[in-house]
Amino acid sequence: MSEVTVIAEITNGKLNPATAELVTAASALGGDVVVVVPCTDASVADAASAYSNVSRVVAAKSSVFANYDASGWAEAIDAVSPAGNLVFLASAQSKDLAARLASKRGISVVQDVVEISGNNLTSPIYSGKAFQTVAISTTAVISVRANVFSPSPSDGDASMSVVDATGNVKSAIKELIGRASERLDVAEANIIISGGRGMGSPDNFKHLEVIADTIGAAVGASRAAVDTWDDIPHSMQVGQTGKTVNPNLYIAVGISGAIQHLAGMRSSKYIVAINKDADAPIFQYADYGIVASWEDALPVLQSTFSEMF
Amino acid sequence: MTNIVVLVKQVPDTNAKIVFNGESVDLSAVKMVTSPYDEFAIETALQHKESSGGTVTALTVGGSGADKILKDAKAMGVDNIVRVWGDGFETLDSNSFQSVLSGVLSELGADVVYCGKSSADLGSGSTGPGVAEKLGWASVSNIVSASFGDGLTVTAPADGGNAVVNVSLPAIISCDKGDLKPRKPNVRGIMMAKKAQVDVREASAPASTVTLVSQTPPPAKPAGKTYEGGQSAAEVAKLLRDEANVL
Ligand SMILES: Cc1cc2nc3c(=O)[nH]c(=O)nc-3n(C[C@H](O)[C@H](O)[C@H](O)COP(=O)(O)OP(=O)(O)OC[C@H]3O[C@@H](n4cnc5c(N)ncnc54)[C@H](O)[C@@H]3O)c2cc1C
Ligand SMILES: Nc1ncnc2c1ncn2[C@@H]1O[C@H](COP(=O)(O)O)[C@@H](O)[C@H]1O
Repeated sequence: MSEVTVIAEITNGKLNPATAELVTAASALGGDVVVVVPCTDASVADAASAYSNVSRVVAAKSSVFANYDASGWAEAIDAVSPAGNLVFLASAQSKDLAARLASKRGISVVQDVVEISGNNLTSPIYSGKAFQTVAISTTAVISVRANVFSPSPSDGDASMSVVDATGNVKSAIKELIGRASERLDVAEANIIISGGRGMGSPDNFKHLEVIADTIGAAVGASRAAVDTWDDIPHSMQVGQTGKTVNPNLYIAVGISGAIQHLAGMRSSKYIVAINKDADAPIFQYADYGIVASWEDALPVLQSTFSEMF
Repeated sequence: MTNIVVLVKQVPDTNAKIVFNGESVDLSAVKMVTSPYDEFAIETALQHKESSGGTVTALTVGGSGADKILKDAKAMGVDNIVRVWGDGFETLDSNSFQSVLSGVLSELGADVVYCGKSSADLGSGSTGPGVAEKLGWASVSNIVSASFGDGLTVTAPADGGNAVVNVSLPAIISCDKGDLKPRKPNVRGIMMAKKAQVDVREASAPASTVTLVSQTPPPAKPAGKTYEGGQSAAEVAKLLRDEANVL
């Protein structure tokens, strides 16, 4: 049987649990699933051998993987990955890498896949206003959205090998600038609570932060909030010209639901909207809508969450 | 003299409603514009030229309708505008499309290429890194700022924050929104753009192996529940745990 390769997602030096979802996606494409773990220290790969439905794990060890460089990473991963389809997580970095690898192998890449049916792959296009299905006739590289495929269970015991990998790096990091806050980034979070212009002032975002800390969420913002208030950085912006997010839960507070905001978050699994205007467009996309001012709703939400957590 | 190229793509206005004709999107009635991130790429390219000299060429792969966005780029201040098209280009897969682009970029003799982080229609974010790989160039994606003193230095997201990165040229850089504000065309620019000639080139592409099956509306979501008043937030919080299972 041919092989299909999952490139493990490494976040902050650890195996990202979404890698288990990639195993499920790879099985859907068909073939024996190989998991390649790019790492500087092979122990990171241990957790991958517990995934079910995996035939073997390759810890690709290289100093190249200390810092991201698209060209060097693609070369190193290409060298240790078998021929056949490759599956990445659709994170910003891995999409970049997926595109590099496909190009290196002279095959095509299909990004942000949310459904696999035989050789047919479906992804959102037009910022989620449409879905496109394409058919792959030969091997391809795909990236898969998080929180879409169910994770492969972890009762497996795949064999693991460690191989040395190398690649030529074409960029040099001068400086790493840590985030100002310790808070999760919206692009990495499974729960996001975002504020819009309706929050009235940047100070009021502290009410969102308290809730975020209670439930382990990231704090996001609409463009109107980012553009109006200097204290709300662009890194928090969700939407067409901000980040595209795909969390399990997205709570929009004082956000009207403009098409460009929806573009960044409408594929969230569950959407909660808090807005004092019952006609705000965001309610058409909300699974749970609360027609109320945030001044009334957030304290209740916070106290209920604190009882639950 | 730095030969700077900026990639621009024509896409439906992001406010446009997407309508369907059978199993494909119907764009016939939609207003077409420059893909929003490409405006940041144009601005970065122009700033690069202003800092180190050279020329900026805006390049698109598209039908004749895309001349409009090239003229818009001209009005912002690019020097040259080039459009490439060929038979069957409506349905190129990423590998074929990137082969076309890398061929034209070699032909143009580009030293550095700026593009958008992702296009507003297909939005795959594959073009920059894919073309860079074909050319054997460096690439950095999703940059939020760039400086052009001694070589090219860009800032891009990295694990846990941002990385300031020195990039060796030639390179392809994809641009996120960042702190830049794309400039507005001035009167002189608009006059120049009116008279500008698009340099139209033909190209051919290798066969595609990924083919379009269908384009459909997003799957309908079941209607949500709406509650009145701030007190209902308590019930919603519990439903998130007990019904939606997301807490
Ligand atoms: C090319 C382009 C790209 C764009 N990209 C983005 C993007 O990436 N992200 C983005 O978000 N936008 C983007 N926009 C902007 C977008 O069109 C909207 O202007 C923006 O999303 C509006 O933000 P908002 O919902 O916070 O503000 P508003 O539309 O002003 O809505 C504020 C909402 O708060 C509610 N409200 C007011 N007071 C309260 C209260 N006390 N309690 C509860 N609710 C209250 C109001 O009823 C209203 O619905 C883009 C626009 C363009 C043209
Ligand atoms: N047809 C095209 N012509 C010129 N540039 C393009 C084209 N398609 C994509 N690009 C460039 O590549 C970027 C990323 O596009 P994509 O890979 O489609 O998300 C865009 O923002 C453009 O700068």
